[in-house]
Amino acid sequence: MDNFILEMKNITKLFPGVKALDNVNLKVKSGTIHALIGENGAGKSTLMNVLSGIYQYGTYDGDIIFQGEKCCFRNIKDSEKIGIGIIHQELALIPYLSIGENIFLGNERSKNQFINWDETHAKAKELLKKVGLNENADTRIKDIGVGKQQLVEIAKALAQDVKLLILDEPTAALNEEDSNNLLKLMLELKEDGITSILISHKLNEILKVSDSITIIRDGSTIETLNKDDKDLCEDRIIKGMVGRELTNRFPVHDSKIGDVVFEVKNWNVYDPLIEDKKVINNVNINVHRGEIIGFSGLMGSGRTELAMSIFGRAYGKRISGQLIKDGKEIVLKNVRQAIDNGIAYVTEDRKSAGLVLTQDIRSNISLANLNKISTNQFVDDHEEIKVAEEYKKKLHIKASSIFQNTGDLSGGNQQKVVLSKWIFTDPEVLILDEPTRGIDVGAKYEIYSIINKLADDGKSIIFISSELPEILGVCDRVYVMNKGEIVGELSQKDASQESIMKCIMNSDMEVI
Amino acid sequence: MDMIKNVFKKNIRQYAMLIALVVIMVFFQIATKGILLVPMNVTNLILQNGYVFILAIGMTLTILTGGNIDLSVGSLCALIGAIAGTLIITMKVNIVLAIVISLVLAAGIGMWQGFWIAYIRIPSFIVTLAGMLLFRGLTVTMLKGLTLAPFPESFQDISSGFVPDIFNGFGTSLNFTAILVGIIISALYAIVQITKRAKKRKSNFEVGSLTFLVVQIVVIVFLINLFFYWLASYKGIPIALIVIGSLIVVYSIFTTRTVPGRYLYAMGGNEKAAKLSGINTNKVLFFAYVNMAVLSAVAGMMFASRINSASPQAGLNFELDAIGACFIGGASAYGGVGTVVGAIVGALVMGVLNNGMSILGVGSDWQMSIKGLVLLTAVAFDVISKMKSKA
Repeated sequence: MDNFILEMKNITKLFPGVKALDNVNLKVKSGTIHALIGENGAGKSTLMNVLSGIYQYGTYDGDIIFQGEKCCFRNIKDSEKIGIGIIHQELALIPYLSIGENIFLGNERSKNQFINWDETHAKAKELLKKVGLNENADTRIKDIGVGKQQLVEIAKALAQDVKLLILDEPTAALNEEDSNNLLKLMLELKEDGITSILISHKLNEILKVSDSITIIRDGSTIETLNKDDKDLCEDRIIKGMVGRELTNRFPVHDSKIGDVVFEVKNWNVYDPLIEDKKVINNVNINVHRGEIIGFSGLMGSGRTELAMSIFGRAYGKRISGQLIKDGKEIVLKNVRQAIDNGIAYVTEDRKSAGLVLTQDIRSNISLANLNKISTNQFVDDHEEIKVAEEYKKKLHIKASSIFQNTGDLSGGNQQKVVLSKWIFTDPEVLILDEPTRGIDVGAKYEIYSIINKLADDGKSIIFISSELPEILGVCDRVYVMNKGEIVGELSQKDASQESIMKCIMNSDMEVI
Repeated sequence: MDMIKNVFKKNIRQYAMLIALVVIMVFFQIATKGILLVPMNVTNLILQNGYVFILAIGMTLTILTGGNIDLSVGSLCALIGAIAGTLIITMKVNIVLAIVISLVLAAGIGMWQGFWIAYIRIPSFIVTLAGMLLFRGLTVTMLKGLTLAPFPESFQDISSGFVPDIFNGFGTSLNFTAILVGIIISALYAIVQITKRAKKRKSNFEVGSLTFLVVQIVVIVFLINLFFYWLASYKGIPIALIVIGSLIVVYSIFTTRTVPGRYLYAMGGNEKAAKLSGINTNKVLFFAYVNMAVLSAVAGMMFASRINSASPQAGLNFELDAIGACFIGGASAYGGVGTVVGAIVGALVMGVLNNGMSILGVGSDWQMSIKGLVLLTAVAFDVISKMKSKA
C-alpha cells in the first residue's frame, strides 16, 4: 500500500528534568514533502536531531525505520551515509571557502587524500545547475547572499546522494523571491524522487508545497493532516498548534494618531565599505504620535540600513539629510545621542546584536539606560532589580528569575527582553526591525499587543517586517522600500499584498 | 537546601577554585609539616606574589572586554622600575614625586597601546607583543644593561615595610594593631551583609535563607580574623598589603557596581549589542589598557622595591602569571565573564603552588610544568562543566 520512506515510532527523549519528546510518531511517505510544524520549543528540532543522529542511538527510546530498515545512528555521519541530509536553520558553510569546496566538504572528490579539482568543479557545476544557482563554483561563500547559501547547502546534500532532505526553517532569513525559488526547487526535487521534511513557521509556504502536515505540541504528535483534507487552511493548522482557536492573529487596535513627531528629510547614505555606492537615496518619511508605520520591502531593500543610519549613524558613511523631531532639527552623531533624543532601535538580530547572552535578564534590560538607575556612576542594584521585575511582569517574560542568563531563554522571551531594554529608555520613536522573526504564533501575538500598547501610550512606532500579513495586520500606514528608495506610501485602507508588491514591481520597471 | 544548591551551582566555578585553593593549602600544609602557614610564610606569600595580584586585577579588566590579553605587562614593570630607579637613585628625585611621574608615564604608555588596540583595532595580542619587545628594549637601553641599586629605605618600605603597632603589643610579641584591623574589617563585613539583606526584604525581593547567611558570615569572619592573627604573630600588616587590599576592594566595586564596570562586561559579552545600546566601546577598550599600564607601574615599582634594584631582567614572565591567574579564576577567554575576586583566587592558587613547592625543594623546572598543568586543568574543568550543563 503506502510506501513509507521513514517511520519514527514512539520516540521519547528525556533531558534532565524535561521530557522533550513523548511518544512521537512520524511517518513520511516516499516522494512527498512532509511539513513538521509546532510552536517554538514544541520539540521539532529535538526530533530532527534524533533522526539525524546528533542524539545517538540509545539516548532515546523508540525506533527509527528508514527504507524498511531499523537504524541505530551513532552520529551524523551514519545518517548521511544512508541518505538523510539535514539543513539547519543556521547555515553550516565555511565563509572563506569557495562554493565548490563547501559542496564537497567532508565528501571531497579525491584520490589518496589528494583533491581532484577538475572533478570537483565539474560536479559542482552540475549540482549548481540542478539547484538553479547561477554562480561560479569558485566564488567564496561570504560573497553570496543567504538565499544563495541556502541553495549551496542543498547542493551539498545532493552531492551526498540524499534521499530524505530535512530543511529546518529554510526560508526564515529569505525574502519572498528567494523563498519562492526555494519552494519551487523543493517541488522539483520531489519530482526527482527526493523526499523532504520541511520545518517552518510560515503557514502559507507549508500549504503551498506540502503533501502532509504533522503538528507537534509539547513534545507529542497531535495530528497529521493531508493535503486532500477538506478543511485544511491556516486557521486549522494554528488551532492544532496552539491547542485552541486563535480567532485573531492580530490584536484589534484603534490608533489614536496625533501630530507629526519625527521626520526624516532628504536622507542619503553611502555604503561604509564600498565608496560611491549609495545605499539610501533621498528618503523622506514622517511618523505621527501614536502611529504605527510599517516598512515593507524585499530583503536588501535598505530598510535596516535606513533605520540604523538614523539611529545615531550606526550604519553608513557620508550621511546627509535632516532629522526633525517635534519641529526642531536634531543632529545625532552617535547612538548615545540618539537614545538621549528619545529614539530606540530594536535590531533584527537579537542574538548577535541585541542581547549580551552571557548576562542575565536584569543587566540586559538596564544596559541602554544605566544612568537612570545610577548616582555618580554607581548602579543602584535595588532599583535595577525593581525595574527588571517590573518588565518581567509587564511583558510576561517567562524565566525562572530575572537572574537567568538571556542565552538560556527561548526566542520569544529573548525578544521581550530586548523590547524591555528599549522601552526602559523611554523612547518617543521606537524602530522595530523584524521583531517577530523566528518566534512562534503565540509569542508573536504578544509582541503585537505590546506594540499596540506602546502606540496607545503615545509612542511612534516604525515597524520593519518582511512578512506582509504582519505589516497589513499591525500598521496604520505603510512605506514600501526598494533598492534604497521609498517607492510607495499606502494608507491602511489601500495596503494589501498586491498593492505593496505592485509598488515594488513598478519601481523595478522604471529602473529598467 | 535547594537554595544552597542553586547558589552553589551558579558560582560553581568560583567555589570550585576556592575549594581547590583550600585543598592545595591543606596538602602543602601537611607536606611541608606546617611550614606553609607559619606566620612568617603567610606574610612572605603576600609579599612575594603582590605583583601578580595587582597585574591580575588589571588583566581581568582587559580580558573582560573580549578576551584581550596584555603581553607587555612584564616588560612594562621592568621599564617603570628602570624609570623609578633612574629618577630616585640616579637623579635623586623626591620619592613621592618619582612615583607620581612613573604613574603618569605609565598612563601615557597605556594610551599608546590603547590607541592602537581600541581605535585602530589592531588585535591586542599583536600590539602588546610589540609592546613587550619595545618596553624590554627601552629598559635595557635605559639601564645600559646594568642593574641600578640600592633604593633608599623609604622606597624599600613599599614592599618590606609594616604598619607599626600603636599598642606596642601590650608587652607581648603580638601586633595588636593588626588584630584590631581584623576585627574592624570583619565587623564591617557583617554589617554590610546584614543591611543588604534587610534592605532586600524591605522591598520584598527574594532573599537567601537566614541560616545560610549566618554560616557564611561566621566562616568569613573567622577567616578574616585568622588571617590577621597570622599577620599579628609576625610583624603586623605589611604596607604592600594595604595597597593590594585597597586595589582589590576598589576594583571589585568598580567592576560590579559602577556604570563603566557594567560596560566592560557588556562589551565583552557582545560588542555589537553594547554599541547599539549607546556604549562607546572604543573608549571602554582604551580605558582598560590605560588602566592596565598604570597597574603595571604599581606592580613594577613594588617589585623593584622588593628586589631593591631596577634590573633589566625584572618582570620576566609576569604577564603569564597574571593571565594564568585570571583564567584559573574563571575568566572566559572570549570575554564578558570573570571577576576580580576570581582572579585573586587564581593568583593565590599559583602563589601557594610556587611557595609550597619551593619549601619542599621542588626544582623550578618542575614548578613550571606543574603550574602549566594546573592552568590547563582549571580551564578544561570550566569548558567541560559548561558542556555538561548545556547537554
